[in-house]
Amino acid sequence: MSTKRMLLGATAGLGLVVGLASAVAAQDTTLTIATVNNGDMIRMQGYTDDFTAETGIAVEWVTLEENVLRQRVTTDITTNGGQFDIMTIGMYETPIWGANGWLVPLDDLSAEYNAADILPAMAGGLSHDGTLYAAPFYGESSMIMYRTDLMEAAGLEMPASPTWDFIAEAAAAMTDRDADINGVCLRGKAGWGEGGAFITAMSNSFGARWFDEDWNAQFDTEAWANTVNFFKNMMDASGPAGYATNGFNENLSLFNQGKCGMWIDATVAASFVTGADSTVADSVGFALAPNNGLGKNANWLWAWALAIPAGTQQADAAKQFIEWATGTDYIEMVAANEGWANVPPGARTSLYENPNYMAVPFAQMTLDSILSADPTNPTVDPVPYVGVQFAAIPEFAGIASEVSQEFSAAYAGQQTVEEALAKAQAITTEAMEAAGY
Amino acid sequence: MARSVTSQRKLINTGLAWLIGLIIFFPILWTILTSFKTEAQAINDPPIFLFFDWTLENYAIVQERSDYMRFLWNSVIIAGVSTLLGVMIAVPAAWSMAFVPSKRTKDILLWMLSTKMLPAVGVLYPIYLIFIELGILDTRVGLIVVLMLVNLPIIVWMLYTYFKEIPGEILEAARMDGASLRSEILYVLTPMAVPGIASTLLLNFILAWNEAFWTLNLTAANAAPLTAFIASYSSPEGLFYAKLSAASTMAIAPILILGWFSQKQLVRGLTFGAVK
Repeated sequence: MSTKRMLLGATAGLGLVVGLASAVAAQDTTLTIATVNNGDMIRMQGYTDDFTAETGIAVEWVTLEENVLRQRVTTDITTNGGQFDIMTIGMYETPIWGANGWLVPLDDLSAEYNAADILPAMAGGLSHDGTLYAAPFYGESSMIMYRTDLMEAAGLEMPASPTWDFIAEAAAAMTDRDADINGVCLRGKAGWGEGGAFITAMSNSFGARWFDEDWNAQFDTEAWANTVNFFKNMMDASGPAGYATNGFNENLSLFNQGKCGMWIDATVAASFVTGADSTVADSVGFALAPNNGLGKNANWLWAWALAIPAGTQQADAAKQFIEWATGTDYIEMVAANEGWANVPPGARTSLYENPNYMAVPFAQMTLDSILSADPTNPTVDPVPYVGVQFAAIPEFAGIASEVSQEFSAAYAGQQTVEEALAKAQAITTEAMEAAGY
Repeated sequence: MARSVTSQRKLINTGLAWLIGLIIFFPILWTILTSFKTEAQAINDPPIFLFFDWTLENYAIVQERSDYMRFLWNSVIIAGVSTLLGVMIAVPAAWSMAFVPSKRTKDILLWMLSTKMLPAVGVLYPIYLIFIELGILDTRVGLIVVLMLVNLPIIVWMLYTYFKEIPGEILEAARMDGASLRSEILYVLTPMAVPGIASTLLLNFILAWNEAFWTLNLTAANAAPLTAFIASYSSPEGLFYAKLSAASTMAIAPILILGWFSQKQLVRGLTFGAVK
């Protein structure tokens, strides 16, 4: 009897599914685009029909979580799988993949596209040997977002370019454990793109570096000890509980609920903390990421960009899409429909010459932050790598993931900072030797 | 003589069972509840349990952004066909192991199961390259073959356990009456093992439905099932918890309904022979 019931249920369920299934119309030229799930990318997907209407080229989106996407597109491009016509990749992958010949050079984009309008910092990070391999859809740096009301209540005034000592002092002054307010919220979560990116950008401002000019690991230096100790001491005193596992989303959630005095993170977060979901939208100020008086700020540089894998059979159609999605017309279309605050930021110089956009509260600070990051000269001493919060070598992602795990363990109190740094030094040295550096 | 169970003890046992059941079910319940919240409510600290403004907005957004039916249809085909194919291959294999065992049968069974311990990522590149060569990347056929192979050890093991419960004398009698090997398996063994085969089908359908590594890595736009649908709403940079919960609820709903209808078979299948 129960078997019958089960079969009846299963048959009914399957029948329903079959009945509701709909066919997908075939198109002559269809581009398959792998992309990440974030606000700007989802917005672009919503406008895809406009592109198809203009060009007759259909678009299929494969949207994946950032880390899944990295693994997925890396597998495909290294095996020449040809599953995607366009890939959304970042500043880390682009120069490496470009050097390997895995990407189609974007050196023949049309005159109307005006490739010279791409912000030089972005173009530089997305090129190899002077050739552009990916077009930036949006770019970001990092900056301080802070509560103007709490800062005022603490009797302090945020300088345009504060030092780390000021941040620690302000964080302590703003912290009110009874009211559940943490002076400062920062990424401590393991992962090279999470806490690893933050601590690396911070280390630049302390004069630390991942490698010296001969590719020797540098975690045994005083600069690194100062960086990690400062971070841990400040977060222990003024950060939220469990900060060792907080990433972008956790801190965004805390800030939007009024539980952070300051948050140092991606410039794209500015539109979130001043948006409808934020309870503190009316009292948010912005400042450059902190420095330590050594001439380097603790801000990173990143871009999500569109690139064409060398294995595609539809390079021309793919270039058409890239010109449409990363061109100025797209920005104007989004501005006309959704307002200037919602256009993809940080990619084009002309956007920052537009008075309409410069009226957006975070526009100038975003530009200043992007301009103050230098991927070829990220820290005080010279380095053999390119990249601000990463070193653009294939081995980095694996090494930095492990190193950031050791740092997170130190933040959580599972080991001392000295132990974490010693392990980081050993991990990095071993991996670099194995890689033949 | 059966041991008498006091009503107090019964009450404690029932209460404990409910408590454990609720703890196990809570993440699913929380996902369903979150899917009806706004993004701001979804991240509220302290968390809001029931008293919030219920909204269907997330479902509307997910429905508008994604072609849910295409993902669902792929999941049904891939999970269904890979399971059926696996059972068709596993029935004769389990028959031979149960009724004509060799001295290595146990070792073979263990070896088959041990392949489940191999980290899938270790063979990703070889399989990806084979799929390119065969032209079956991002096709349902490719995924059906992989998921069938991945679940085959479990299917064989489960069927073997069921078949061992069936007296060999019945099959012997069938043979004496002139039944061929095919008739013996099809008309004598299979009807007697229907409950076991049904629970094997169900369990492996669920396993194939939930499989995320291969379904994410071997698909793009055409053959992606519901696991890819869920992955498209996860993001480390931006708050998508409520939408992700709505997508997850839509992805697990069919399997929850199937599980509800077939819970007796599942429990029977999982506990079969456990008290021997």
